[in-house]
Amino acid sequence: MLKDSDRIYQNLYGQGDWRLAAARARGDWAGTADIIARGRDALVEEMKASGMRGRGGAGFPTGMKWSFMPKTSDGRPSYLVINADESEPGTCKDRDIIRNEPHKLIEGALIAGFSLGANTAYIYIRGEYYNEAVRLQAAIDEAYEAGLLGKNAAGSGWDFDLVLHRGAGAYICGEESALLESLEGKKGMPRLKPPFPAAMGLYGCPTTVNNVETIAGVPTIMRRGAAWFAGLGRPKNSGTKIFSISGHVNTPCNVEEELGVPLKDMIEKHAGGVRGGWDNLQAIIPGGASMPILNKAMADVQLMDFDSLAAVKSGMGSGAIIVMDKSVDVVKAIWRLSKFFKHESCGQCTPCREGTGWMMRQMDRIVRNKASLADIALLEQVTTQVAGHTICAFGEASSWPIQGLMRAFGPEVRARATDYVVPQAQAAE
Amino acid sequence: MAKLTIDGIEVEVPNGSSVIQAAEAAGIEIPRFCYHERLSVAGNCRMCLVEIEKMPPKPVASCAQPVSDGMVVHTDSEMVRRGRRGVMEFLLINHPLDCPICDQGGECDLQDEAVAYGRDASRFQEDKRAVPAPDWGPLVKPTMTRCIHCTRCVRFTTEVAGTAELGATYRGESTQIGTFVQKALSSELSGNIIDLCPVGALTSKPYAFTARPWELRKTDSIDVLDALGANIRIDTRGPDVLRILPRINDDVNEEWLGDKSRFSVDGLKRRRLDQPWLREHGKLRKASWEEVFEAVTNKLKATAPERIGTIAGDLVDVETLFAQKSLFASLGSPNLDCRQDGAQFDASRREFYLFNSSVAGIDDADALLLIGTNPRHEAPVLNARIRKRWLAGGFEAALVGEAGDLTYPATQLGADPQVLNNLLDGSHPFAATLANAKKPMIILGAGQLARPDGAALHALAWQLAAKFGALSPEWHGFNVLHHAAARTGGLDAGFLPGPGGKTTREMLTGGVDLLWLLGADEADLSQLPASTFVIYQGHHGDQSAQRADIILPGAAYTEKDATYVSTEGRVQRAQVAVKAPGLAREDWRIIRALSAYAGHVLRFDNLEELRAQLAKATPLFGQAEFRRLGNADLTGPSALGQGLGSAPLTPVFATYYQTDVISRASKTMAECVATITPHAEAAE
Repeated sequence: MLKDSDRIYQNLYGQGDWRLAAARARGDWAGTADIIARGRDALVEEMKASGMRGRGGAGFPTGMKWSFMPKTSDGRPSYLVINADESEPGTCKDRDIIRNEPHKLIEGALIAGFSLGANTAYIYIRGEYYNEAVRLQAAIDEAYEAGLLGKNAAGSGWDFDLVLHRGAGAYICGEESALLESLEGKKGMPRLKPPFPAAMGLYGCPTTVNNVETIAGVPTIMRRGAAWFAGLGRPKNSGTKIFSISGHVNTPCNVEEELGVPLKDMIEKHAGGVRGGWDNLQAIIPGGASMPILNKAMADVQLMDFDSLAAVKSGMGSGAIIVMDKSVDVVKAIWRLSKFFKHESCGQCTPCREGTGWMMRQMDRIVRNKASLADIALLEQVTTQVAGHTICAFGEASSWPIQGLMRAFGPEVRARATDYVVPQAQAAE
Repeated sequence: MAKLTIDGIEVEVPNGSSVIQAAEAAGIEIPRFCYHERLSVAGNCRMCLVEIEKMPPKPVASCAQPVSDGMVVHTDSEMVRRGRRGVMEFLLINHPLDCPICDQGGECDLQDEAVAYGRDASRFQEDKRAVPAPDWGPLVKPTMTRCIHCTRCVRFTTEVAGTAELGATYRGESTQIGTFVQKALSSELSGNIIDLCPVGALTSKPYAFTARPWELRKTDSIDVLDALGANIRIDTRGPDVLRILPRINDDVNEEWLGDKSRFSVDGLKRRRLDQPWLREHGKLRKASWEEVFEAVTNKLKATAPERIGTIAGDLVDVETLFAQKSLFASLGSPNLDCRQDGAQFDASRREFYLFNSSVAGIDDADALLLIGTNPRHEAPVLNARIRKRWLAGGFEAALVGEAGDLTYPATQLGADPQVLNNLLDGSHPFAATLANAKKPMIILGAGQLARPDGAALHALAWQLAAKFGALSPEWHGFNVLHHAAARTGGLDAGFLPGPGGKTTREMLTGGVDLLWLLGADEADLSQLPASTFVIYQGHHGDQSAQRADIILPGAAYTEKDATYVSTEGRVQRAQVAVKAPGLAREDWRIIRALSAYAGHVLRFDNLEELRAQLAKATPLFGQAEFRRLGNADLTGPSALGQGLGSAPLTPVFATYYQTDVISRASKTMAECVATITPHAEAAE
């Protein structure tokens, strides 16, 4: 369990003020110029050493991503783009960072921007986060007034502008290349890769897209050192992470924890336990809507980090833990997610455009007890035709929940089939 | 260059190529729907999946994957086949199985690929999606339920046509391709999206439910409805031309075709002159060939040679011009002119009236001055080429004259011709752009040559080209853009007034007593004295046929083996696709037959003999290949003593859709004028 002193976000719950003076009192903006004085290469190396993996969902090592940016400009500017399009169902960590710790994000943007050679950064914030956008803009204005942004930002000698841009409310705009398209004023549709954003991103210039939580963690890592961050968590899964625990728990919350804590401990300790006790647990989605669901047996022993979850063919995703007790119809719950993904598919490439609707309708028939065992097998097969065949990761995002359901709740799903025959052993009971 | 192995075949392709291009180089065809060589890469259909070794173990879209050295690609592995079958199933689940009533049937990419990758029975039990059919005007018929969202049409209108009027609305499976607000497509190139559409979502409205592709006979030919000389394929069934499609020729039309050239086919069946006519007692009556030949012969004998004249129109082939010129030489008349619009200019050197930079040469130009031309109406495919050059960057264009949206930015220098003098003396700001350009182009609209000061404009345009370095042994930047397919051929064949001969203007104002109009339908007959005896030879009953005393029914371009010279000087041959209707005959045969009747027998009995004599008289008609010219002689065309006027340079065409007898006879083109033209004007 994480010690309070090791928490990056001291004001995650908003007990303190979010404004600059209070943020400074908590240690933000302390010696920012000195950090930048260490030089670009040193900062990228520090980031690599910290073992920070992107907090948006894919878990790509941040330091390595930063090192892909060109060291010298070929005439094009470099950009940092911060992904605040937090739309994954169940996820609300970035919202609390923006609400209560906006200066961590702004300071992180400056340090990261310098490390990437970017004089301009954009924060692409989800359109529905209106209040958050207002507060973040106020914090940015404060920072400009205090000389922490703009020319010679924070006295570092680095010119840095930070622009807040509100999205219009599409899940796919959280995908980094769709986000760039949207930021450029086009329809939010993922781009083909290669070229990757580090070579050709925003307006065709080298760009790094990082999650809010990744960037907000940067100043603390730079101040306390990579070794401190790497010392938390488990090997290759270092540091702390904010988990959003929601669903059938007694006290739903955002909580910053070390990576690798047992899932059960986290729920028991921070979220007041499952409604009706741990034994009343039916299922947990460990990383936001797109990550495969876990049944109780899996949840009993699950550790919360990238690799442990990948080992059970699930994933940590955005760290949104959705807890379902025994009152839930899990098949219907996954159907609801399929409906969400069908609605949010951008429609650009064939497997996702056609597949998400088909999968949703097949799920619909299963929920309504109108599907045969063969239909269920067909659905499972169709998910494999979508995943891995699309332009962006939405193909996986939309088919993984169904695949996870089949893995974790196969018998329950099949029991809904029209031609289901109760096994003899079970029938005898 | 990168070396890679595809299905065991080693192939070397330039860096930056995609895997699908490399596979093509290796002779392996990869199925595709969204990918098209001349459009940007979308990578959205996912049909061109391949497996590449040493990459993440999932199939890769070969159209979007750049090659790298040492790459090992499999295009027919189990993973690839499974991926493509999956994509095909997804494409088909919401695609209606209405092939029996779909016009694309038989030439449908989806049909063809479904044979290779489709299932024999559907596993889809849900309801299929249906999309309302919008109205995109008289040319393109959208059936959007069939759309597979490849976005080729969107990319074509955005990139090539430059009108950006198509796009996708909604998202996911509700995505619809459309015009946002219901409207008729305004592009002159809109028909090309029918060819591009890999399924039956976009089909030809005038051709709807007419024929199946396997019923059609295909004839390679040349388009004559503008002077570009686009390469076309004429599809016929029995005696009917049913449709016209572009053929690929990278140096001319790439693979595009203007809407007028594509959709005027119904004009070939209407208002046709299918038998000779003779005017008796002020009224035209049907006659036999013998009767009209008799009448013409009598008239020719009764008229002094210097009072006989002939004017050729815009669609006349070189063979006919040569036959007519030979006949007039035999008659002893010097009164010939192939410029029915009355233009007079110095045509003493070929480069004075050609599009010398060549169409493909536009790709090399870096600055452009348009003088009195609207290429979007006069040669839309050429205009698309200019747009393509502009898209590549480092290119500036300016326009003297009036034109609407050219689909690329052109600095408007006004319509006053005096601005050309300001460019010449360097006082106009755009002069600097031209002076700094390495390969500047000047395009003079041929329509301006018909102005009273046409020759002065002609000379001035050449002086501009000379001053700004457009004339060098490597680069010829002086261009005349013709709008009449017959004009360059006529000038090349010397169908011009001989010594002491009368010009079009003189012939049309009583200079001759016997006027033989050879397909000349745009000539201004208002000044013609009532006493002038008019022979009209041509294929459509248009304005000149109404004035005629004798009508000799000729053949349209789809009905004869004929030579045309494009505006860039490319000699190309049209071929017979169908027979001329009724008693109508190929034009050179009419002249040849008449020559025998009139006692001036021409010395050729078949097309080969005619062409041999033509090549002897004008050697360029015997040369097979096309050569781009450089310029060695800076001496320009004579201004013929004209001074530059101050009347504004006005467009030669009021509308793109009706400019000649065929398109004026076409119902489809009339509909276009009624729906598209007012719309486009309102938008400007």
